[in-house]
Amino acid sequence: MKRTLTIATGVAAAAMVASSAFAGTLDDVKSRGMLSCGVSTGLPGFSQPDDKNNWTGIDVDVCRAVAAAVLGDANKVSFKPLTAKERFTALQSGEIDMLSRNTTWTHTRDTSLGLNFAGVNYYDGQGFLVQKALGVKSALELNGASVCIQAGTTTELNLADYFRLNGMKYSSVVFDTSDQTREGFESGRCDILTSDQSQLYAIRSKMAKPGSAVVMPEVISKEPLGPVVRQGDDQWFNIVRWTLFAQINAEEMGVTSGNAAEMKNSKDPAKQRLLGTSGNAGEKLGLSEDWAFNAISQVGNYGEMFDRNVGPSTPLAISRGLNALWSNGGLQYAPPVR
Amino acid sequence: MSKIFTPLPDLPAPDSSKGFIGWLRHNLFSTPINSVLSVVALYIVFSAVIPALNWAVFSANWTGLTEDACNSGGACWPFVASRLDFFIYGFYPSELTWRLDLSFLLLALTFGPQFVEAFPYKKNLGIFSVTGFPIIAYFLISGGSFGLESVPTEKWGGLSLTLLLAYVGIVAALPIGIALALGRRSEMPVIRTFCIGFIELWRGVPLISVLFMASVMLPLFLPEGVNFDKLLRALIGITMFQSAYMAEVIRGGLQAIPRGQYEAASAMGMNYWKMMFLVVLPQALKLVIPGIVNTFIALFKDTTLVLIIGLFDILATVNSAIQDPKWGAVETEGYVFAAFCFWVFCFSMSRYSQKLERKLHTGH
Amino acid sequence: MADHTDQQPKTAIWNDPTFRAIVFQILAVVAIIYVFWTIFDNTLTNMDKRGITTGFKFLDNPAGFGILMTLIEYDETYSYGRTFFVGLMNTLLVSVIGVVFATALGFTLGVARLSNNWVISKLATIYVEVLRNIPLLLQIFFWYFAILLKNLPHPRESMNFNDSVFLNARGLYTPGPVPTDGFFVVWLAFGLGIMATVYLVRWAHKRQDEQGLQFPVFSSAVGLVIGLPLLAFFVMGMPMELDYPSLQGFNFQGGMRVIPELMALSWALSLYTAAFIAEIVRAGIQGVTHGQTEAAHAMGLRNAPTLRLVVIPQAMRIIIPPLTSQYLNLVKNSSLATAIGYPDLVAVFMGTTLNQTGQAVEVVGMTMAVYLIISLVISSFMNWWNKKMALVER
Repeated sequence: MKRTLTIATGVAAAAMVASSAFAGTLDDVKSRGMLSCGVSTGLPGFSQPDDKNNWTGIDVDVCRAVAAAVLGDANKVSFKPLTAKERFTALQSGEIDMLSRNTTWTHTRDTSLGLNFAGVNYYDGQGFLVQKALGVKSALELNGASVCIQAGTTTELNLADYFRLNGMKYSSVVFDTSDQTREGFESGRCDILTSDQSQLYAIRSKMAKPGSAVVMPEVISKEPLGPVVRQGDDQWFNIVRWTLFAQINAEEMGVTSGNAAEMKNSKDPAKQRLLGTSGNAGEKLGLSEDWAFNAISQVGNYGEMFDRNVGPSTPLAISRGLNALWSNGGLQYAPPVR
Repeated sequence: MSKIFTPLPDLPAPDSSKGFIGWLRHNLFSTPINSVLSVVALYIVFSAVIPALNWAVFSANWTGLTEDACNSGGACWPFVASRLDFFIYGFYPSELTWRLDLSFLLLALTFGPQFVEAFPYKKNLGIFSVTGFPIIAYFLISGGSFGLESVPTEKWGGLSLTLLLAYVGIVAALPIGIALALGRRSEMPVIRTFCIGFIELWRGVPLISVLFMASVMLPLFLPEGVNFDKLLRALIGITMFQSAYMAEVIRGGLQAIPRGQYEAASAMGMNYWKMMFLVVLPQALKLVIPGIVNTFIALFKDTTLVLIIGLFDILATVNSAIQDPKWGAVETEGYVFAAFCFWVFCFSMSRYSQKLERKLHTGH
Repeated sequence: MADHTDQQPKTAIWNDPTFRAIVFQILAVVAIIYVFWTIFDNTLTNMDKRGITTGFKFLDNPAGFGILMTLIEYDETYSYGRTFFVGLMNTLLVSVIGVVFATALGFTLGVARLSNNWVISKLATIYVEVLRNIPLLLQIFFWYFAILLKNLPHPRESMNFNDSVFLNARGLYTPGPVPTDGFFVVWLAFGLGIMATVYLVRWAHKRQDEQGLQFPVFSSAVGLVIGLPLLAFFVMGMPMELDYPSLQGFNFQGGMRVIPELMALSWALSLYTAAFIAEIVRAGIQGVTHGQTEAAHAMGLRNAPTLRLVVIPQAMRIIIPPLTSQYLNLVKNSSLATAIGYPDLVAVFMGTTLNQTGQAVEVVGMTMAVYLIISLVISSFMNWWNKKMALVER
């Protein structure tokens, strides 16, 4: 009882001082000359070291865009690979400035971990990969199946909810990495494999016979993945959020990494405001006026980022789907720079 | 005439007990049970070894740069070759890897002479290996001073990180282990109890949970604003864990020193610290070198667990590289390569420690 | 000095060893308390500041996730506290299996290394040198992914033994016993048999001490513990049915099942630990002086009884202490289960439960405490055994 009281007073006190405690991420990053960004230890399309040991992926590009906006150079990022278990502690303790690690935005995480989600860089949903030989047409025919899961945070719960809701039984085999999960599935240890849909395509592309498995149409959960920052530093929160918005706006306006320099002189006032030719959008964020220009010219707009890492020309071959711009029937929608 | 006894010349041993056949009879077919055992064992060996060799050597692919080169059905070694730098250096900038190479060379130069019987400065080199070498290697690898470009720890990885974790773990654990071992034999009950508690606590829990504690809980233990690098946190965890094992090894050495040595030192008017550091410890530490090498081997193998907290040791780099979509199913190649690396290191070290043990056992 | 007295020379109080020891210890206690208090205080402050929930209330909340293998009743609606016990039982199961097999294999290999059969002794040597020099984590990966999963068939093409035992990638299925009415009598008989055996052993010992007569204790004990329940079983008209596994939908249902993760993990743990035990056993046997063997031979004992009655009992004194630490290592190493999805304590509780609740301090603390307790129990048991086996000198 006494301890609860102590904690309660502590929380109340913390709520008041928290805003000052963690202020100044921007100053830290600037004085360090380096953005410290938490990414996944290896997830195709999202964050993975390539054969030249450079980190690549859509989550990695989010970090690089922020570095470009803040420091003017997309390469000034030090990537910290984190496991699912330690990612939040790393952010809370100040080890990293932002977390961009295919992290699902949920109520609990937003409210009880002292974190803020700055936006959504990929709309995902949990799905099923099934052996073709089973002849299953719908996820509702999966009663009694063995399921391979990657130890995640929301995946296991969603799966249990889905099977319980539909009155079906299952037995789950929980693996640590996506590669092990795939091996378990391929070898016949499980009938189905469940993960975020983006990962299902990556996993299928790695199979010895990719044609032997199909991705089920059902999506059993909402998984909005996005960058996360510490609660209580609103300026930094705005910077991360608006860097992502700037990239989405750029795609909508047709500004790409290739034409950003000439677009600077465009007659369109919206483009001028975005690229810093007019207005003071950068100043309001505490950045230089070419913040968005740097991010777009060095990393590209949202569409370029998507196509380069997970789009149809990559081994993952994911279509835009939910991640298309709102004007094309998707969900990516950014407030205007004004 | 006296007859001189001349023995008949020795008859040659019967054909069945000499040469290859004799060897076979004696070693493989001495009794019916032995014969059966031998045949079964040989059968098992051949049925397992031939397909394995076939995969790894005879029908393996050795040259090429991409997956297309791997079409013979055997192992795909070009995969390992193409990512070899990654497996050894991790993310270390490729133009700076000479610094790691130099550290490796220095390590070899420090330990190589230990195997040469006649080398005169073994003891000095041994002391250098736990004092000077780690300091030089630290400045060399991390940079940031003496005009060397700084390389942050998240870029360290691969085999070099595995070696570093194990080496630092042992060197840092040595002084703590000595202190704990002395404390455990202390006559002061508080100190003794604390040391026993500390040692048994760390020896009783799996390394996985220690690493986990270091990575997730340690940041919570520190005052606000104080922040340790993740590698440093892992090293703290490993050192704590290892110092408990080290303490037990050293305690074994302390117990082996005859009582007379303590008494003689006291009789000469030495106080506790002089007695320990000038008389007892030098003898005890020499006795426990094989034990220290054995704990080092155990630690070297255990460092693979750091992949669970997201550090890129050699197994983690292999795990990451086999996911590369540019290569097909290359798990076995990757794991065999990692296993081979570990085996070479551990086997040679265990041979070294066995040799030392034999050398130190001259007394009886 | 002329006026030498029996009185001890007066030393300054700070030079008095006893006094110094007390001061030193008080300082040490203060330092230790300070360090722990700082850690405790920092942790509380940090957790408060970051809005991390504390306390053990989460243990009562529903877990909401499924677990592959449970020895006690469990489904998604049970609490997080229940997942702790599910994980603990699974850890204990794999540890016990590992200890039994590692001991059997290790003793065999240790003796084999000393065999006069060249192939056998070389094979044992190679086995030991290869297995103990490769990290266990790698070996677990190898057995599970490269051997078991690559070679076991899909459930529909299961290896079928007599239509009652099936082996496939989902596990080994065997008929499971289902006790029906009246089975409790068999349990009763079993308990009775054990009690009778204990009594019999005491009585036989006493009789041997007093009259020097031996009694066939072992065979009578077997008869009591196994025969009595069997008798009860048949008298009651075999009150048990067998539940045969059968393929229903995707998987086999019914019967008993051993999952491949358990097979791979206990297999890898046993093989790895056996390599170390073999070395310990070899050293132990070599530590018994050759004179003992010769004396036994001189008394007309053959090879096997010499080993069993003379060499092994003496070697055990050398073997037990290092064997204890191998058992402890095995239990701790079972935590690597998390790498292949066997639901042990670390995978279930320190993995999924921690991920769901985010209460790192409580979960990691509980997990470490459990391992500590298991370690202490094993080492105190082995110490007791060691004392019992120790040489009693006059």
